[in-house]
Amino acid sequence: MKKTLNEQIICAGFGGQGIMLMGKLLAEAGMREGYCVSWLPSYGAEVRGGTAHSMVHISDNAIASPTISLPTTCIVMNKPSLAKFTGKLRKRGLLIVNTSMVDRIPQKAGVKTLKFPLTDLAADMGNVKTANMIAVGVFTKAKKIFPLKNVLEELEKVLRLDESLIALNKKAIKLGYSLVN
Amino acid sequence: MRKAKGRVRRPDGKRILITGNEACGEGAVQAGLRFYAGYPITPQNELTAYMSRRMLDVGGTFIQAESELAAISMVFGATVAGVRAMTSSSSPGISLKQEGISYLAACELPAVIVNIMRGGPGLGNIAPSQSDYFQATKGGGHGDYHMVVLAPASCQEMLDFTRELFDIADRYRGPVMVLGDGILGQMMEPVIVDRRSSIDVRRESQTTNDKRQTTKSWALTGCKGRKPNVIKSLRLKEGELEAFNEKLEKKYDLIRKREIRFEKYRTEGAKIIIVAYGTSSRIGRASVDRLRKYGIKAGLFRPISLWPFPYEALKKLDKGNTKFLTVEMSAGQMLEDVRLAIEDKSRVHFYGRTGGGIPSEEAIVREAISYKL
Repeated sequence: MKKTLNEQIICAGFGGQGIMLMGKLLAEAGMREGYCVSWLPSYGAEVRGGTAHSMVHISDNAIASPTISLPTTCIVMNKPSLAKFTGKLRKRGLLIVNTSMVDRIPQKAGVKTLKFPLTDLAADMGNVKTANMIAVGVFTKAKKIFPLKNVLEELEKVLRLDESLIALNKKAIKLGYSLVN
Repeated sequence: MRKAKGRVRRPDGKRILITGNEACGEGAVQAGLRFYAGYPITPQNELTAYMSRRMLDVGGTFIQAESELAAISMVFGATVAGVRAMTSSSSPGISLKQEGISYLAACELPAVIVNIMRGGPGLGNIAPSQSDYFQATKGGGHGDYHMVVLAPASCQEMLDFTRELFDIADRYRGPVMVLGDGILGQMMEPVIVDRRSSIDVRRESQTTNDKRQTTKSWALTGCKGRKPNVIKSLRLKEGELEAFNEKLEKKYDLIRKREIRFEKYRTEGAKIIIVAYGTSSRIGRASVDRLRKYGIKAGLFRPISLWPFPYEALKKLDKGNTKFLTVEMSAGQMLEDVRLAIEDKSRVHFYGRTGGGIPSEEAIVREAISYKL
Protein backbone atom coordinates (compact mmCIF):
# COMPACT_ATOMS: atom_id res chain seq x y z
CA MET A 1 0.00 0.00 0.00
CA LYS A 2 1.23 3.45 -0.83
CA LYS A 3 2.06 5.82 1.95
CA THR A 4 -0.61 8.38 2.78
CA LEU A 5 0.14 11.77 1.28
CA ASN A 6 0.29 14.61 3.76
CA GLU A 7 2.21 17.39 2.07
CA GLN A 8 2.56 20.61 4.07
CA ILE A 9 4.10 23.46 2.13
CA ILE A 10 5.18 26.87 3.33
CA CYS A 11 5.84 29.43 0.60
CA ALA A 12 7.69 32.43 1.98
CA GLY A 13 9.31 35.60 0.76
CA PHE A 14 8.78 39.33 0.37
CA GLY A 15 5.38 40.84 -0.23
CA GLY A 16 5.25 41.40 -3.98
CA GLN A 17 7.05 38.19 -4.93
CA GLY A 18 3.77 36.42 -5.55
CA ILE A 19 3.93 34.27 -2.44
CA MET A 20 0.15 34.01 -2.03
CA LEU A 21 -0.32 33.22 -5.70
CA MET A 22 2.34 30.52 -5.60
CA GLY A 23 0.53 28.76 -2.76
CA LYS A 24 -2.82 29.13 -4.41
CA LEU A 25 -1.57 27.59 -7.64
CA LEU A 26 -0.15 24.59 -5.78
CA ALA A 27 -3.46 24.14 -3.95
CA GLU A 28 -5.45 24.38 -7.19
CA ALA A 29 -3.20 21.82 -8.88
CA GLY A 30 -3.58 19.48 -5.90
CA MET A 31 -7.35 19.91 -5.80
CA ARG A 32 -7.55 19.02 -9.46
CA GLU A 33 -5.74 15.78 -8.72
CA GLY A 34 -8.48 14.90 -6.22
CA TYR A 35 -6.65 15.64 -3.00
CA CYS A 36 -7.97 17.49 0.03
CA VAL A 37 -6.33 20.89 -0.01
CA SER A 38 -6.27 24.08 2.02
CA TRP A 39 -4.55 27.41 1.61
CA LEU A 40 -3.95 29.92 4.37
CA PRO A 41 -2.34 33.33 3.97
CA SER A 42 -0.19 34.92 6.63
CA TYR A 43 -1.83 37.82 8.35
CA GLY A 44 -0.23 41.06 9.21
CA ALA A 45 0.42 44.41 7.72
CA GLU A 46 2.18 42.61 4.91
CA VAL A 47 2.73 44.92 2.01
CA ARG A 48 5.22 45.06 -0.79
CA GLY A 49 8.62 44.65 0.80
CA GLY A 50 7.39 43.09 4.04
CA THR A 51 7.62 39.37 4.67
CA ALA A 52 4.72 37.16 3.67
CA HIS A 53 3.96 33.50 3.63
CA SER A 54 1.20 31.13 2.63
CA MET A 55 0.56 27.64 3.92
CA VAL A 56 -0.74 24.86 1.72
CA HIS A 57 -1.87 21.38 2.68
CA ILE A 58 -2.24 18.68 0.04
CA SER A 59 -3.47 15.51 1.65
CA ASP A 60 -5.28 12.21 1.21
CA ASN A 61 -7.24 12.92 4.38
CA ALA A 62 -9.46 15.75 5.57
CA ILE A 63 -7.31 18.63 6.75
CA ALA A 64 -7.55 19.37 10.45
CA SER A 65 -5.86 22.72 10.91
CA PRO A 66 -4.79 24.61 7.81
CA THR A 67 -1.84 26.00 9.75
CA ILE A 68 1.55 24.29 9.53
CA SER A 69 4.03 24.00 12.36
CA LEU A 70 6.32 21.38 10.81
CA PRO A 71 6.42 21.75 7.03
CA THR A 72 7.40 18.98 4.62
CA THR A 73 8.39 21.57 2.02
CA CYS A 74 9.66 25.13 2.33
CA ILE A 75 9.88 27.33 -0.72
CA VAL A 76 12.08 30.19 0.38
CA MET A 77 12.29 33.27 -1.80
CA ASN A 78 14.26 35.61 0.48
CA LYS A 79 16.71 35.65 3.35
CA PRO A 80 14.46 36.44 6.35
CA SER A 81 12.19 33.53 5.42
CA LEU A 82 15.06 31.09 5.44
CA ALA A 83 15.78 31.83 9.06
CA LYS A 84 12.11 31.82 9.99
CA PHE A 85 10.94 28.53 8.52
CA THR A 86 13.63 26.11 7.46
CA GLY A 87 14.60 25.15 10.99
CA LYS A 88 11.18 23.56 11.32
CA LEU A 89 11.44 21.41 8.19
CA ARG A 90 10.68 17.77 8.75
CA LYS A 91 13.18 15.00 8.14
CA ARG A 92 13.34 14.06 4.48
CA GLY A 93 11.74 17.42 3.79
CA LEU A 94 12.31 19.52 0.71
CA LEU A 95 13.88 22.96 0.74
CA ILE A 96 13.69 25.09 -2.38
CA VAL A 97 15.86 28.19 -2.08
CA ASN A 98 16.10 31.29 -4.22
CA THR A 99 19.87 31.80 -4.13
CA SER A 100 19.50 35.20 -5.83
CA MET A 101 18.34 36.53 -2.48
CA VAL A 102 19.93 34.12 -0.02
CA ASP A 103 23.69 34.00 0.29
CA ARG A 104 24.34 31.30 2.86
CA ILE A 105 22.24 28.20 3.28
CA PRO A 106 22.66 26.28 6.50
CA GLN A 107 23.04 22.55 5.98
CA LYS A 108 20.38 20.50 7.65
CA ALA A 109 20.77 16.75 7.87
CA GLY A 110 18.14 14.73 6.05
CA VAL A 111 16.76 17.66 4.11
CA LYS A 112 16.83 17.68 0.33
CA THR A 113 17.88 21.15 -0.79
CA LEU A 114 17.32 22.49 -4.30
CA LYS A 115 19.13 25.76 -4.93
CA PHE A 116 18.46 27.96 -7.92
CA PRO A 117 18.97 31.69 -8.56
CA LEU A 118 15.25 32.07 -9.23
CA THR A 119 15.12 35.86 -9.40
CA ASP A 120 18.08 36.01 -11.80
CA LEU A 121 16.60 33.28 -13.98
CA ALA A 122 13.32 35.21 -14.05
CA ALA A 123 15.12 38.43 -14.95
CA ASP A 124 16.88 36.61 -17.80
CA MET A 125 13.48 35.53 -19.07
CA GLY A 126 12.39 39.15 -19.13
CA ASN A 127 10.19 39.49 -16.05
CA VAL A 128 11.57 39.32 -12.55
CA LYS A 129 8.09 38.65 -11.16
CA THR A 130 8.03 35.13 -12.59
CA ALA A 131 10.56 33.83 -10.05
CA ASN A 132 7.64 32.37 -8.08
CA MET A 133 6.47 30.41 -11.11
CA ILE A 134 9.92 28.92 -11.66
CA ALA A 135 9.73 27.74 -8.05
CA VAL A 136 6.34 26.16 -8.71
CA GLY A 137 7.89 24.28 -11.63
CA VAL A 138 10.75 23.09 -9.44
CA PHE A 139 8.30 21.86 -6.80
CA THR A 140 6.12 20.11 -9.38
CA LYS A 141 9.03 18.10 -10.75
CA ALA A 142 10.68 17.41 -7.39
CA LYS A 143 7.55 16.14 -5.64
CA LYS A 144 5.48 14.67 -8.50
CA ILE A 145 2.25 15.09 -6.53
CA PHE A 146 0.42 16.40 -9.55
CA PRO A 147 1.40 16.50 -13.25
CA LEU A 148 2.80 19.60 -14.92
CA LYS A 149 -0.37 19.76 -17.02
CA ASN A 150 -2.46 20.57 -13.90
CA VAL A 151 -0.28 23.52 -13.03
CA LEU A 152 -0.30 24.96 -16.51
CA GLU A 153 -4.05 24.65 -16.87
CA GLU A 154 -4.87 25.95 -13.40
CA LEU A 155 -2.59 28.92 -14.01
CA GLU A 156 -5.04 30.24 -16.56
CA LYS A 157 -7.79 30.25 -13.94
CA VAL A 158 -5.70 31.72 -11.16
CA LEU A 159 -3.99 34.41 -13.19
CA ARG A 160 -6.41 36.75 -14.84
CA LEU A 161 -3.90 38.35 -17.15
CA ASP A 162 -3.57 38.79 -20.87
CA GLU A 163 -2.28 35.99 -23.04
CA SER A 164 1.31 37.15 -23.36
CA LEU A 165 1.75 37.21 -19.58
CA ILE A 166 0.09 33.82 -19.20
CA ALA A 167 2.51 32.47 -21.80
CA LEU A 168 5.46 34.00 -19.98
CA ASN A 169 4.38 32.46 -16.68
CA LYS A 170 3.92 29.08 -18.34
CA LYS A 171 7.40 29.37 -19.75
CA ALA A 172 8.70 30.09 -16.26
CA ILE A 173 6.94 27.04 -14.83
CA LYS A 174 8.37 24.84 -17.58
CA LEU A 175 11.84 26.27 -16.96
CA GLY A 176 11.58 25.39 -13.28
CA TYR A 177 10.36 21.92 -14.20
CA SER A 178 13.38 21.37 -16.45
CA LEU A 179 15.85 22.46 -13.77
CA VAL A 180 15.24 19.34 -11.67
CA ASN A 181 16.62 15.99 -12.78
CA MET B 1 2.76 9.84 -10.42
CA ARG B 2 0.82 8.53 -7.44
CA LYS B 3 -2.96 8.73 -7.35
CA ALA B 4 -5.10 10.25 -4.67
CA LYS B 5 -6.89 7.62 -2.62
CA GLY B 6 -10.34 6.86 -3.91
CA ARG B 7 -12.37 8.05 -0.98
CA VAL B 8 -11.39 11.68 -1.26
CA ARG B 9 -11.89 11.80 -4.99
CA ARG B 10 -15.09 13.61 -5.80
CA PRO B 11 -16.42 14.90 -9.07
CA ASP B 12 -14.30 17.96 -9.45
CA GLY B 13 -16.28 20.02 -11.89
CA LYS B 14 -18.20 22.13 -9.45
CA ARG B 15 -15.65 22.54 -6.68
CA ILE B 16 -13.80 25.81 -6.59
CA LEU B 17 -11.12 27.07 -4.27
CA ILE B 18 -12.39 30.11 -2.36
CA THR B 19 -11.91 31.69 1.04
CA GLY B 20 -14.43 31.12 3.82
CA ASN B 21 -15.27 34.81 3.73
CA GLU B 22 -16.17 34.60 0.05
CA ALA B 23 -18.11 31.36 0.60
CA CYS B 24 -20.10 33.10 3.31
CA GLY B 25 -20.88 35.97 0.98
CA GLU B 26 -21.95 33.63 -1.79
CA GLY B 27 -24.22 31.72 0.60
CA ALA B 28 -25.90 34.98 1.48
CA VAL B 29 -26.39 35.93 -2.16
CA GLN B 30 -27.88 32.51 -2.89
CA ALA B 31 -30.28 33.03 0.01
CA GLY B 32 -31.58 36.15 -1.67
CA LEU B 33 -29.56 38.76 0.19
CA ARG B 34 -30.10 42.12 -1.43
CA PHE B 35 -28.76 44.50 1.18
CA TYR B 36 -25.31 44.43 2.71
CA ALA B 37 -23.70 47.12 4.84
CA GLY B 38 -20.32 46.72 6.48
CA TYR B 39 -17.20 48.44 7.62
CA PRO B 40 -13.75 46.97 6.88
CA ILE B 41 -11.89 45.00 9.51
CA THR B 42 -9.39 42.13 9.30
CA PRO B 43 -9.89 39.14 9.12
CA GLN B 44 -13.26 39.50 7.38
CA ASN B 45 -12.31 41.97 4.64
CA GLU B 46 -12.67 39.43 1.81
CA LEU B 47 -16.36 39.22 2.68
CA THR B 48 -16.95 42.96 2.42
CA ALA B 49 -14.91 43.06 -0.80
CA TYR B 50 -16.88 40.13 -2.24
CA MET B 51 -20.16 41.82 -1.43
CA SER B 52 -19.08 45.04 -3.08
CA ARG B 53 -18.90 43.09 -6.36
CA ARG B 54 -21.72 40.60 -5.94
CA MET B 55 -24.38 43.07 -4.81
CA LEU B 56 -23.85 44.84 -8.12
CA ASP B 57 -24.30 41.55 -10.03
CA VAL B 58 -27.65 40.79 -8.43
CA GLY B 59 -29.00 44.32 -8.36
CA GLY B 60 -28.73 44.61 -4.59
CA THR B 61 -27.35 47.37 -2.43
CA PHE B 62 -23.83 47.46 -1.04
CA ILE B 63 -22.86 50.17 1.39
CA GLN B 64 -19.50 50.66 2.99
CA ALA B 65 -20.81 52.42 6.06
CA GLU B 66 -19.00 55.10 8.01
CA SER B 67 -18.89 52.87 11.08
CA GLU B 68 -20.01 49.50 12.41
CA LEU B 69 -22.85 51.15 14.27
CA ALA B 70 -24.06 52.78 11.07
CA ALA B 71 -23.85 49.44 9.23
CA ILE B 72 -26.06 47.55 11.71
CA SER B 73 -28.51 50.46 11.74
CA MET B 74 -28.69 50.36 7.94
CA VAL B 75 -29.39 46.65 8.16
CA PHE B 76 -32.19 47.49 10.59
CA GLY B 77 -33.63 49.89 8.03
CA ALA B 78 -33.46 47.35 5.21
CA THR B 79 -34.94 44.44 7.13
CA VAL B 80 -37.78 46.55 8.54
CA ALA B 81 -38.76 47.12 4.91
CA GLY B 82 -38.81 43.37 4.30
CA VAL B 83 -35.49 42.94 2.49
CA ARG B 84 -33.03 40.19 3.36
CA ALA B 85 -30.13 42.03 4.97
CA MET B 86 -26.73 41.23 6.42
CA THR B 87 -23.73 42.85 8.04
CA SER B 88 -20.39 41.39 8.99
CA SER B 89 -17.40 42.30 11.07
CA SER B 90 -14.77 40.91 13.39
CA SER B 91 -14.76 40.96 17.17
CA PRO B 92 -14.15 44.66 18.01
CA GLY B 93 -16.65 45.65 15.32
CA ILE B 94 -19.24 43.17 16.60
CA SER B 95 -18.99 44.79 20.02
CA LEU B 96 -19.99 48.06 18.38
CA LYS B 97 -22.99 46.40 16.76
CA GLN B 98 -24.49 45.10 20.00
CA GLU B 99 -26.93 47.97 20.44
CA GLY B 100 -28.34 47.32 16.98
CA ILE B 101 -28.60 43.58 17.61
CA SER B 102 -30.60 44.18 20.79
CA TYR B 103 -32.97 46.47 18.87
CA LEU B 104 -33.35 43.90 16.08
CA ALA B 105 -34.34 41.33 18.71
CA ALA B 106 -36.73 43.82 20.36
CA CYS B 107 -38.37 44.65 17.04
CA GLU B 108 -38.39 41.01 15.92
CA LEU B 109 -36.53 41.77 12.74
CA PRO B 110 -34.66 39.07 10.81
CA ALA B 111 -31.03 39.83 9.99
CA VAL B 112 -27.82 37.87 9.58
CA ILE B 113 -24.73 39.05 11.42
CA VAL B 114 -21.36 37.47 10.64
CA ASN B 115 -18.57 37.53 13.21
CA ILE B 116 -15.16 36.36 11.99
CA MET B 117 -13.53 36.33 15.41
CA ARG B 118 -10.07 37.67 16.18
CA GLY B 119 -8.12 37.89 19.40
CA GLY B 120 -9.35 40.22 22.14
CA PRO B 121 -10.19 41.97 24.41
CA GLY B 122 -9.95 45.48 23.02
CA LEU B 123 -8.42 45.80 19.59
CA GLY B 124 -6.46 42.67 20.45
CA ASN B 125 -4.79 41.36 17.33
CA ILE B 126 -5.85 40.07 13.93
CA ALA B 127 -5.17 36.38 14.55
CA PRO B 128 -7.97 33.78 14.76
CA SER B 129 -9.75 33.30 18.06
CA GLN B 130 -12.94 31.91 19.60
CA SER B 131 -13.20 34.34 22.46
CA ASP B 132 -16.58 35.88 21.55
CA TYR B 133 -18.59 32.81 22.55
CA PHE B 134 -20.05 34.52 25.61
CA GLN B 135 -20.90 37.62 23.62
CA ALA B 136 -22.63 35.60 20.90
CA THR B 137 -24.54 33.12 23.03
CA LYS B 138 -25.22 34.89 26.31
CA GLY B 139 -26.55 38.16 24.94
CA GLY B 140 -23.90 40.65 23.87
CA GLY B 141 -26.45 43.44 23.92
CA HIS B 142 -28.86 44.37 26.69
CA GLY B 143 -32.19 42.82 27.56
CA ASP B 144 -33.68 39.33 27.59
CA TYR B 145 -32.96 38.07 24.11
CA HIS B 146 -31.23 35.28 22.25
CA MET B 147 -30.15 34.68 18.72
CA VAL B 148 -29.50 31.47 16.84
CA VAL B 149 -25.72 31.12 16.50
CA LEU B 150 -24.28 28.57 14.07
CA ALA B 151 -20.59 27.72 14.05
CA PRO B 152 -19.24 26.50 10.69
CA ALA B 153 -16.04 24.45 10.60
CA SER B 154 -15.20 24.58 6.89
CA CYS B 155 -15.47 26.91 3.94
CA GLN B 156 -18.32 24.75 2.63
CA GLU B 157 -20.22 25.24 5.87
CA MET B 158 -19.52 28.96 5.73
CA LEU B 159 -21.62 28.92 2.57
CA ASP B 160 -24.26 26.40 3.63
CA PHE B 161 -24.89 27.76 7.12
CA THR B 162 -25.06 31.38 6.01
CA ARG B 163 -27.55 30.48 3.33
CA GLU B 164 -29.72 28.59 5.76
CA LEU B 165 -29.52 31.21 8.49
CA PHE B 166 -31.54 33.59 6.35
CA ASP B 167 -34.43 31.13 6.47
CA ILE B 168 -34.03 30.67 10.22
CA ALA B 169 -33.98 34.44 10.73
CA ASP B 170 -37.18 34.85 8.73
CA ARG B 171 -38.88 31.87 10.36
CA TYR B 172 -38.40 33.19 13.89
CA ARG B 173 -38.12 36.87 13.04
CA GLY B 174 -34.93 37.84 14.79
CA PRO B 175 -31.20 38.39 14.42
CA VAL B 176 -29.03 35.31 13.86
CA MET B 177 -25.27 34.90 13.76
CA VAL B 178 -22.59 33.07 11.79
CA LEU B 179 -19.73 32.62 14.25
CA GLY B 180 -16.46 31.87 12.48
CA ASP B 181 -12.86 32.78 13.16
CA GLY B 182 -9.93 34.26 11.28
CA ILE B 183 -8.87 30.85 9.96
CA LEU B 184 -12.29 29.97 8.56
CA GLY B 185 -12.58 33.42 7.05
CA GLN B 186 -9.21 33.63 5.37
CA MET B 187 -8.38 30.05 4.44
CA MET B 188 -9.24 28.60 1.05
CA GLU B 189 -10.79 25.20 0.62
CA PRO B 190 -12.64 23.47 -2.19
CA VAL B 191 -16.28 24.53 -2.03
CA ILE B 192 -19.24 23.33 -4.06
CA VAL B 193 -20.85 26.66 -4.80
CA ASP B 194 -23.58 25.84 -7.25
CA ARG B 195 -26.21 23.91 -5.35
CA ARG B 196 -29.30 25.68 -6.43
CA SER B 197 -32.48 23.78 -5.78
CA SER B 198 -36.17 24.46 -6.14
CA ILE B 199 -36.10 26.00 -2.68
CA ASP B 200 -33.86 28.73 -4.03
CA VAL B 201 -36.34 29.58 -6.71
CA ARG B 202 -38.99 30.02 -4.05
CA ARG B 203 -36.60 32.18 -2.08
CA GLU B 204 -35.99 34.43 -5.01
CA SER B 205 -39.67 35.08 -5.46
CA GLN B 206 -39.99 35.97 -1.79
CA THR B 207 -37.50 38.74 -1.87
CA THR B 208 -37.33 40.39 -5.20
CA ASN B 209 -34.92 43.02 -6.36
CA ASP B 210 -37.70 45.52 -6.09
CA LYS B 211 -37.38 46.59 -2.50
CA ARG B 212 -41.05 47.57 -2.30
CA GLN B 213 -42.21 44.02 -2.85
CA THR B 214 -42.10 41.47 -0.08
CA THR B 215 -44.24 38.67 1.23
CA LYS B 216 -43.48 39.71 4.81
CA SER B 217 -46.84 40.99 6.00
CA TRP B 218 -45.33 42.74 9.01
CA ALA B 219 -42.85 44.79 6.99
CA LEU B 220 -43.06 48.56 6.64
CA THR B 221 -43.70 48.78 2.94
CA GLY B 222 -46.14 51.70 2.75
CA CYS B 223 -49.65 51.24 4.15
CA LYS B 224 -51.73 52.43 1.27
CA GLY B 225 -54.88 50.31 1.28
CA ARG B 226 -54.07 48.44 4.47
CA LYS B 227 -53.74 48.97 8.21
CA PRO B 228 -50.39 50.51 9.15
CA ASN B 229 -47.76 48.18 10.62
CA VAL B 230 -46.04 49.39 13.75
CA ILE B 231 -42.54 48.22 14.63
CA LYS B 232 -40.99 49.62 17.81
CA SER B 233 -38.90 48.62 20.78
CA LEU B 234 -40.19 51.07 23.39
CA ARG B 235 -42.93 49.46 25.48
CA LEU B 236 -43.82 51.82 28.30
CA LYS B 237 -47.37 50.80 29.14
CA GLU B 238 -47.70 48.85 32.34
CA GLY B 239 -47.25 45.14 31.68
CA GLU B 240 -46.61 45.72 28.00
CA LEU B 241 -42.94 44.83 28.09
CA GLU B 242 -43.43 41.80 30.30
CA ALA B 243 -46.05 40.46 27.93
CA PHE B 244 -43.59 40.97 25.09
CA ASN B 245 -40.79 39.27 27.04
CA GLU B 246 -43.08 36.29 27.57
CA LYS B 247 -43.85 36.17 23.87
CA LEU B 248 -40.13 36.21 23.10
CA GLU B 249 -39.51 33.42 25.60
CA LYS B 250 -42.14 31.26 23.90
CA LYS B 251 -40.36 31.83 20.62
CA TYR B 252 -36.99 30.96 22.17
CA ASP B 253 -38.47 27.78 23.66
CA LEU B 254 -39.63 26.79 20.21
CA ILE B 255 -36.14 27.44 18.83
CA ARG B 256 -34.62 25.36 21.64
CA LYS B 257 -36.88 22.48 20.58
CA ARG B 258 -36.32 22.74 16.86
CA GLU B 259 -32.97 24.24 16.00
CA ILE B 260 -30.42 22.30 18.02
CA ARG B 261 -27.61 20.99 15.87
CA PHE B 262 -24.52 18.98 16.65
CA GLU B 263 -22.21 16.38 15.22
CA LYS B 264 -20.81 13.26 16.85
CA TYR B 265 -17.64 11.54 15.70
CA ARG B 266 -16.49 8.14 17.00
CA THR B 267 -18.35 8.67 20.27
CA GLU B 268 -19.46 5.01 20.38
CA GLY B 269 -17.91 3.52 23.51
CA ALA B 270 -15.78 6.61 24.04
CA LYS B 271 -14.19 7.06 27.46
CA ILE B 272 -13.01 10.55 26.75
CA ILE B 273 -14.92 12.99 24.60
CA ILE B 274 -13.41 16.11 23.11
CA VAL B 275 -15.96 18.92 22.92
CA ALA B 276 -15.07 21.59 20.38
CA TYR B 277 -16.68 23.80 17.75
CA GLY B 278 -15.53 25.55 14.59
CA THR B 279 -11.82 25.41 13.80
CA SER B 280 -11.07 23.69 17.11
CA SER B 281 -13.40 20.83 16.17
CA ARG B 282 -11.36 20.11 13.04
CA ILE B 283 -8.25 19.72 15.15
CA GLY B 284 -10.27 17.81 17.74
CA ARG B 285 -11.39 15.34 15.08
CA ALA B 286 -7.82 14.67 13.96
CA SER B 287 -6.82 14.27 17.61
CA VAL B 288 -9.55 11.66 18.09
CA ASP B 289 -8.15 9.63 15.18
CA ARG B 290 -4.70 9.81 16.68
CA LEU B 291 -5.91 8.81 20.15
CA ARG B 292 -7.86 5.87 18.70
CA LYS B 293 -4.67 4.79 16.94
CA TYR B 294 -2.97 4.73 20.34
CA GLY B 295 -5.80 2.52 21.61
CA ILE B 296 -7.54 5.24 23.60
CA LYS B 297 -11.29 5.31 23.19
CA ALA B 298 -11.78 8.93 22.28
CA GLY B 299 -14.64 10.68 20.50
CA LEU B 300 -15.64 14.16 19.41
CA PHE B 301 -18.79 16.10 20.18
CA ARG B 302 -19.15 19.19 18.05
CA PRO B 303 -21.88 21.69 18.88
CA ILE B 304 -22.99 23.32 15.63
CA SER B 305 -25.72 25.49 17.11
CA LEU B 306 -23.97 27.31 19.95
CA TRP B 307 -27.31 28.80 20.86
CA PRO B 308 -29.41 26.80 21.37
CA PHE B 309 -26.67 24.66 22.90
CA PRO B 310 -27.11 20.87 22.57
CA TYR B 311 -27.12 20.18 26.33
CA GLU B 312 -29.24 17.01 26.14
CA ALA B 313 -27.31 15.42 23.31
CA LEU B 314 -24.04 16.01 25.14
CA LYS B 315 -25.44 14.66 28.39
CA LYS B 316 -26.52 11.47 26.64
CA LEU B 317 -22.87 10.71 25.91
CA ASP B 318 -22.08 10.74 29.63
CA LYS B 319 -21.95 7.15 30.88
CA GLY B 320 -21.26 8.21 34.46
CA ASN B 321 -17.49 7.93 34.24
CA THR B 322 -16.92 9.51 30.83
CA LYS B 323 -14.37 12.31 30.75
CA PHE B 324 -14.83 15.45 28.73
CA LEU B 325 -12.13 17.67 27.33
CA THR B 326 -13.35 21.04 26.07
CA VAL B 327 -10.99 22.54 23.51
CA GLU B 328 -11.34 26.19 22.54
CA MET B 329 -9.35 29.07 21.16
CA SER B 330 -10.29 31.03 24.28
CA ALA B 331 -9.62 30.98 28.01
CA GLY B 332 -12.67 28.74 28.50
CA GLN B 333 -16.11 30.02 27.48
CA MET B 334 -18.09 27.13 25.96
CA LEU B 335 -16.59 25.21 28.88
CA GLU B 336 -19.37 26.65 31.07
CA ASP B 337 -22.08 25.16 28.84
CA VAL B 338 -20.32 21.81 28.83
CA ARG B 339 -20.29 21.92 32.64
CA LEU B 340 -23.99 22.76 32.67
CA ALA B 341 -24.65 19.73 30.49
CA ILE B 342 -22.47 17.27 32.41
CA GLU B 343 -23.08 18.68 35.91
CA ASP B 344 -20.17 16.71 37.39
CA LYS B 345 -17.48 19.35 37.03
CA SER B 346 -14.69 17.01 38.10
CA ARG B 347 -14.97 15.17 34.78
CA VAL B 348 -15.01 18.27 32.59
CA HIS B 349 -11.53 19.42 31.64
CA PHE B 350 -10.29 22.25 29.51
CA TYR B 351 -7.53 22.98 27.07
CA GLY B 352 -7.41 26.33 25.36
CA ARG B 353 -5.16 28.72 23.53
CA THR B 354 -5.66 32.47 23.47
CA GLY B 355 -4.49 35.54 21.63
CA GLY B 356 -4.24 33.87 18.24
CA GLY B 357 -2.75 30.59 19.42
CA ILE B 358 -4.16 27.48 17.77
CA PRO B 359 -4.40 24.21 19.69
CA SER B 360 -2.16 21.58 18.14
CA GLU B 361 -3.13 17.94 17.72
CA GLU B 362 -0.11 16.97 19.78
CA ALA B 363 -1.18 19.17 22.71
CA ILE B 364 -4.78 17.92 22.63
CA VAL B 365 -3.62 14.31 22.55
CA ARG B 366 -1.28 14.98 25.45
CA GLU B 367 -4.06 16.61 27.48
CA ALA B 368 -6.51 13.81 26.69
CA ILE B 369 -4.03 11.16 27.78
CA SER B 370 -3.25 12.99 31.02
CA TYR B 371 -6.96 13.29 31.93
CA LYS B 372 -7.78 9.75 30.98
CA LEU B 373 -5.22 8.34 33.42
